[in-house]
Amino acid sequence: MKALCRALLACLLVGQAVAAPLSVQDDRGLTLRFAAPPARIVSLVPSLSESVCALGACARLVGTDRYSNWPAEVSALPKLGGLDDAQVERIVALQPDLVLAAPTARVVQRLDALGLKVMVLHTRNHADVRHNLQRLGALLGEPARAAALWTSIEAQMEEAAARVPAALRGRSVYFEVDAGPYAAGPTSFIGETLQRLGLRNIVPASLGSFPKLSPEFVVRAAPDIVIAEQRNALDMARRPGWPAMPALQQQRLCVFSTEHYEVLVRSGPRMGEAALQIADCLARLGQDTR
Amino acid sequence: MQARRTRLMLSLGVASVLLLLAGLAAGGDGFSIAGMLQLLQGPEAELIVGRIRAPRTLGAWLTGALLGVAGALAQGLFRNPLADPFLLGSASGASLAVVAVLAAGALAGQGIGPEAAGLLSRIGLVAAAFVGALAGVLLTLLLARGAQHTLRLLLAGVVVGVVLSALSDLLTLAAPEALRGRQVFMLGSTGFLGWDGCLLLALGLVLTLPPALRLSRTLDALVLGLDSARSLGLPLARLRLLLVALLAAATGLAVSQAGLVAFVGLAAPHLVRRCAPGMHGYMLLASALAGAVLLLAADVAARTLIAPQELPVGVLTAVIGGAYLLWLLQRQADT
Repeated sequence: MKALCRALLACLLVGQAVAAPLSVQDDRGLTLRFAAPPARIVSLVPSLSESVCALGACARLVGTDRYSNWPAEVSALPKLGGLDDAQVERIVALQPDLVLAAPTARVVQRLDALGLKVMVLHTRNHADVRHNLQRLGALLGEPARAAALWTSIEAQMEEAAARVPAALRGRSVYFEVDAGPYAAGPTSFIGETLQRLGLRNIVPASLGSFPKLSPEFVVRAAPDIVIAEQRNALDMARRPGWPAMPALQQQRLCVFSTEHYEVLVRSGPRMGEAALQIADCLARLGQDTR
Repeated sequence: MQARRTRLMLSLGVASVLLLLAGLAAGGDGFSIAGMLQLLQGPEAELIVGRIRAPRTLGAWLTGALLGVAGALAQGLFRNPLADPFLLGSASGASLAVVAVLAAGALAGQGIGPEAAGLLSRIGLVAAAFVGALAGVLLTLLLARGAQHTLRLLLAGVVVGVVLSALSDLLTLAAPEALRGRQVFMLGSTGFLGWDGCLLLALGLVLTLPPALRLSRTLDALVLGLDSARSLGLPLARLRLLLVALLAAATGLAVSQAGLVAFVGLAAPHLVRRCAPGMHGYMLLASALAGAVLLLAADVAARTLIAPQELPVGVLTAVIGGAYLLWLLQRQADT
């Protein structure tokens, strides 16, 4: 009888553990509680859409912002505007039990007021991405998958770092985010990846994540390697003084098509793939210089 | 002429009622009355129609009304039919404040301390825009040393506008993350209006329209010129300051809730003047109605034209207002 009681109690406790509400804290410091893993998710940030899919929960996405386009099945979902001009009515009509957003968007307050659960997440650096995957994994009931995903991103980073030719390690790099010129600084997730690859960013950390530089600064920094999207790279030879830079002189350019470039500029589960893309380009450059 | 005025007011009233109803039928799936009736019988009626479409529709009407009043005040105050409620620095002040809040998150830890960043983001975009708009006008008044001189006031407004816009540019350079949010604010949107926003807008209309109507005699006197107005014994310095304050409050409130919706404030008083001109008391009321109808019509169109996507309402008011202004200039050139 005692044993039976104990077994019953154990069952009850286990049952309770299963039914225990999931709770997770977002980057506003707000604690979100769920009775069950969310099954209808709206993501208003491309990298978070990618994260949800990478955790195997793509089928739970019911709508995204207009910029989310990976993986392919995301493209077919209803597009609900951008983060700053999101369409409140359509989001609410989809009856999501979780909305993923980035900070300081007016839509967050409005959706809060309408009673939706909005999870606000930063996606600034590697630590943010890791933390986001952990929290999303726990929320979606896929904590092991989240851990494995981060391990594989780490492994890809290591692999990428190993592929970088010795001759290019420690060389200076300029990563152009946009013709402004805007650069990826060392504190951004892109900058962190470049550092993992053993490259030296021409931008000092004090300038922030994505600073606008003077074209002269870039020329004087004389980067050995330039990484850019195709349309911006084509323009570089026409910028005054730029052809004199070592990177352009020796054609040490990593130029990416829009599709591949998007992998580089999204702080999500494809960061490892991004590192590999850059490493492969560096390996090609290494062969050419030899 | 009185009959024409009555007719204009009546038709604007009828248009308002029709558009308010149309606003309930325009949503994520385009414009559909059958769809709305179906929705109203379903379980989602309270949420979709009651808490999203209705406040948004009424909010657009109220915002348009405030901009109409502000436009009529600006054009009366400056005795210039091309005056715009955004002339006195409210638009650039509001944009700067919005950009500051948007950039705060990105700049936390560099340039500004985390406490300041936290404070800025807690204030929120709406409150920041309102405070920014008022601060812009205040700065203009300080630079113009009061509201006595029209030219000085206008010039100060232009200078404040240029300088504050430049500061916004500077901030967006430091924090490019704020660019998209800034663009959306500058295009204007009614998509985020809820009942609390409507309450504030209604309160703003109640607090600005009656005093503006009381000051309409001053505006009438100003038409005769400053000297004539002064010879009527009006305390002009004080009255003009009061008019500027009303103008700033109406504009700031509209801008904080719906962004920089273009041309409504400029076009609404024109529409009224073209159809049936009159004294300022009537002009203020009719401009409010005309602005409300204009913005709400643009909003319904913005929701419907490319549904399920949505156009920024400011684009439509700018296109409609711009075309209208061109047509106006064309007609003036002909006559």
